[in-house]
Amino acid sequence: MTIALPPIKSPEAHSSLQPTSWLRYFSFSLDHKVIGLQYIVCGFLFYFVGGALAGVIRTELATPISDFVSRETYNQVLTLHGTIMIFLWIVPVVNGGFGNYLIPFYVGARDMAFPRLNAVAFWMIPPAGLLLISSYFIGGAAQSGWTAYPPLSITTPAMGQIIWIVSVLLLGGSSIFGGINFIATILKFRQPGLKLLQLPMYCWAMLGTSILVVLSTPVLAGTLILLSMDIVAHTGFFNPSQGGNVVVYQHLFWFYSHPAVYIMVLPAFGLVSEILPIHARKPLFGYVTMVYSILAIVVLGLVVWAHHMFTSGTPPWMRLFFTIATAFIAVPTGIKFFNWIATLWQGRIALNSAMLFSCAFILQFVFGGITGVALAQVPFDVHVHDTYFVVAHFHYIVYGGTVFVIFASIYHWYPKFTGHMANEHLGRLHLLLTVIGFNLCFGPQHWLGLNGMPRRVAEYDPQFTLMNQVSSVGALLMAISTIPFLINVIGSIWWGAKAGDNPWRALTPEWLTSSPPPVENWKGAAPLVHEPYGYGTELGVIDLKVATGSDLWRNPQ
Amino acid sequence: MRIPASIITLVAGMALVLAGFWAANYSNLLPESASINAPVYDELFKVLLAIGTVLLLGMTGLVVFSLVRFRRKEGDTLDGPAIEGNLSLELFWTVIPAVVVLFIGIYSYDIYDRMGGMADLNGHGAMHASEQLASVRTSGPQDQERIWGGIAPTGDSNVLPVEVTALQFAFIFHYPMQNITSGELHVPTGQMVELRMKANDVIHAFWVPQFRIKQDIIPGQTTVLSFTAKKSGDYPIVCAELCGPYHGGMRSHVVVQEPDGFDAWIEKNTPATLS
Repeated sequence: MTIALPPIKSPEAHSSLQPTSWLRYFSFSLDHKVIGLQYIVCGFLFYFVGGALAGVIRTELATPISDFVSRETYNQVLTLHGTIMIFLWIVPVVNGGFGNYLIPFYVGARDMAFPRLNAVAFWMIPPAGLLLISSYFIGGAAQSGWTAYPPLSITTPAMGQIIWIVSVLLLGGSSIFGGINFIATILKFRQPGLKLLQLPMYCWAMLGTSILVVLSTPVLAGTLILLSMDIVAHTGFFNPSQGGNVVVYQHLFWFYSHPAVYIMVLPAFGLVSEILPIHARKPLFGYVTMVYSILAIVVLGLVVWAHHMFTSGTPPWMRLFFTIATAFIAVPTGIKFFNWIATLWQGRIALNSAMLFSCAFILQFVFGGITGVALAQVPFDVHVHDTYFVVAHFHYIVYGGTVFVIFASIYHWYPKFTGHMANEHLGRLHLLLTVIGFNLCFGPQHWLGLNGMPRRVAEYDPQFTLMNQVSSVGALLMAISTIPFLINVIGSIWWGAKAGDNPWRALTPEWLTSSPPPVENWKGAAPLVHEPYGYGTELGVIDLKVATGSDLWRNPQ
Repeated sequence: MRIPASIITLVAGMALVLAGFWAANYSNLLPESASINAPVYDELFKVLLAIGTVLLLGMTGLVVFSLVRFRRKEGDTLDGPAIEGNLSLELFWTVIPAVVVLFIGIYSYDIYDRMGGMADLNGHGAMHASEQLASVRTSGPQDQERIWGGIAPTGDSNVLPVEVTALQFAFIFHYPMQNITSGELHVPTGQMVELRMKANDVIHAFWVPQFRIKQDIIPGQTTVLSFTAKKSGDYPIVCAELCGPYHGGMRSHVVVQEPDGFDAWIEKNTPATLS
């Protein structure tokens, strides 16, 4: 570990035009840390809306008949649930939230490359989200699912669909602004002397994610504009009654929306790579292979979209190509998981909330990955496509994967955000309730899908009642699990023990400053961290054999 | 006495394989199989389930073992060993999964081929597959429309053509040779059925869980789906693509009968022709 600590300069008189009190969290702040927390808190508020909508879905499905909300309302609820959870909760929090807070620290910068663009990107989200939710109260929200397949999206009430398109365009724009900003910051704002292969893994994850965002989100934007013209101006791009082609929409939509899965999970992979070495007191295993596997996932992620369309009108050769390409994503993804387990192996593991949530993520994502490889096989997919098996699969990926990492990250960085430690007992209670609730909710859905329950239905065959009720109980547990979490994160601001600058004895740069960090991150010059994972190098711990292995692995300086 | 790590690894590996084998052969996760290609599908499912069980249990075991065995004691501030990587291990867990994934891909291609899914629907070669479709042959040469997707019938055996029309929120089945229109599908056992599917309004999907087949029914693009029923019974037909408020209620039945019973049903329902 090499840290060049500069001599402390006399504190400069800092007169800021920005508010410095709690008011700054409600302002057009240019501070990347404020913007990061704005993203995270705002994302959580939308998460509660999306969660309440999930509650409506699970309540409706507790009985086999449609008896809780009307069928139209049910379709609006499932559309809003999907859209809110993806575009207002997971994507903004793992990208904008943690990305903004951490990336400038990791590259040794005082702020993001474009602070104003950054603030604009955040402030597009609350209006877009409120617009989307308000559509429910003014004439009804969109009813065609978050996929908005035409001709259904063309024939359902136009007002809700158009509002849906406008808000998704705003959110996509925000995402693109963020992506450009991350690419510029990581590539151009690195401290002199800091090489790309010395960056913490989260930087690589965000670089890969941002490339996906910039390449694929514009395709979604263009597609949705064409769709809105079909709805408003009665053009015929996707309208078969005017010679349009509905399958073209599906290709364009999934060209964005499959990479969107990686836009949601790659940052989570990066965050886990930061959390594990610190709490296992070991270097991240296989840094270079981890970097290459991120890049492989980015490249492969762009050429697998048609596996969402195996039952649409796709020619046979296309099915074969997309089967092989999709299954191969399992290889770089698997490498990451084996490397994480190798990081844990022989470590000195602290069993705190951050570590336990990360490990729960590993196991649940592995399960989701296994069903994902199965779904990539055309004959398997032909049976379970558009069933609850798929619902279970992608919730294991985005909830069992990404949302668990968000919780791990909140517990891990809470001392840095607030200067106080979060309560470990409440954290572990939160973990226990979430793991049980989550698996109870989504585990049985695999069986439901295999045995004949399609997705997006308000009523189902009575033979599926029991499993649906188990699933609903799980959802209730998940809702309850947020109570200890909320008490913890709100209460610990006042009651939490003082954290100090570096409670985890971590080596990454965000811990080498005060908690919470000052505006512009460091008093004096930024520390230059060449080895963010240089744990275990203290004298007396080094095994000679091991030292040779690590020297072989790294290029001699 | 300490048991060598290599022996523990070997025993754990054998236990994992046995668990995978047990899960694949003794778990009952699929509905009953009622078509000729369903057992083929179930073979693939067993292989995937076995591999998946081994992988999931193995990873879970490793993580749980690490958390218990390597947990930090109270007041311990030491670090673990500074191992930053191991090239041969990395190669090991790159190559093995790649080989497994490739094997699964090729195997599932073979399964799909046996289900008839790789047959060329419109034939760019010498043989025009669309001319071989029973429903096209019966409706004359002017009806040479493009088939956009699905599973075409294989072999020259006598194929029963059925035209399927999907609309919000029902399936309508038309038997062109007998001029029968019905709200539920009747098919005989042992004879290949070819569904030629069109949608009137939005996208629907035709799914029979007991046959393990599904195909979207797409407005403006005819699709085809063929299968051979094997077991008499009454099975659900489910719409699997969100098609509007009553999507959950869009269901029908396929009644599979022995050929005699099916012929009787045809006879009873054929409209009387003017003589």
